[in-house]
Amino acid sequence: MAARTMGTGMSGLPGVWNMWGGYLPFFIAGFLASEPWRWAGALIGRDLDPQSEVFIWVRAVSSAIVAGLVARIVVFPTGAMAMLSSPTRFGAAAIGIATFFAFRKNLGAGVVFGTLALLVGHFSIG
Amino acid sequence: MFGLRANAPFSRTAMTEPLDTREPMTRMRAFWCGALAMFGVPALVLYAGILGYGAFAREAGLTLGQTLALPIFLQALPAQVVLADHAARGASLAAAALAVSLTAVRFLPMTVVLMPWIKGHGGPRWHELLVVHFVAVTVWIEGLRRLPNIQTEMRLVYYLGIGIGILTGTLISTALGYLAAGMVPQWMAAALLFTMPLTFLLAMIETARARTDLFAIVAGVVIAPFAYLWVPGFDLLVTGLAGGTIAWLLGRWGRA
Repeated sequence: MAARTMGTGMSGLPGVWNMWGGYLPFFIAGFLASEPWRWAGALIGRDLDPQSEVFIWVRAVSSAIVAGLVARIVVFPTGAMAMLSSPTRFGAAAIGIATFFAFRKNLGAGVVFGTLALLVGHFSIG
Repeated sequence: MFGLRANAPFSRTAMTEPLDTREPMTRMRAFWCGALAMFGVPALVLYAGILGYGAFAREAGLTLGQTLALPIFLQALPAQVVLADHAARGASLAAAALAVSLTAVRFLPMTVVLMPWIKGHGGPRWHELLVVHFVAVTVWIEGLRRLPNIQTEMRLVYYLGIGIGILTGTLISTALGYLAAGMVPQWMAAALLFTMPLTFLLAMIETARARTDLFAIVAGVVIAPFAYLWVPGFDLLVTGLAGGTIAWLLGRWGRA
């Protein structure tokens, strides 16, 4: 399968997705579908006062979205993460957060200890 | 590494952690200092997750060129996976564009939050429209962490440096993941993937400036799983609007 998709320039994708080597559909459904949101944000954000209530609300919305993305990945894992049991995932996240605060909000410490906890959890409780 | 903070200028940490300096710098220096973020903790963790994307794209039947084009076009891991998945299943262009667009709505509020840091550059306004292409969770968080310590006029160039630096690392990691697909044991792949949400969460807490931001993080974590069950596809949108509004009201009540 790997030999088929590498080197030949032809992808294993069906139909419309092979147009122009696949780059054109990816540009349309990728770049053109997502970039206008960023442009809109740039145009709105430029004239917004960072002290205003609207700005504080937008900031809260963006924080909640990113935090929600995190929760979704941990609670409903896909791919390789799906093999980890929920006690392992939740426990490792809790230990990561606790170490982060214990080391006075050190990102590296939280990530390293959280991941170590994940491996310990996976190989002990499954 | 742990415990040492940015105020130790000659430690190794100081290279990749936000420097507390607002001294004048040239554009060139601002760009390269920004690009150093590609060796920071959030970026390294992103690369780990990106390895998984490379492997996934190969399974889905994309060529290496297509696999590398997606991060350049989209700058967002979840959207890349969504698009590669739609292409592999032969979905229509319109359906794929809609799904990708939904995952990208979050860039609007994120860009709004970034703009006060960007807009003092003194150059033409279209520069802003180019540089916001690099609004994606990792680059955005690094921007919020580092930009306050940078001279106002240089922040746009500095942010461009963060974006291009991290994109470079992302492309290398994507290619490695593509070429090494299937060679990494499952447990290691799982651990690599897990580091990403954990880093996002911790970096969010680190950059929170007011209690409202912390309320929003907690509300987002609590609401998201329910939103995913009720309205999959629109879950992050609902989470953001509901969680953000609740947090804003709580914060406002606290400020009053």
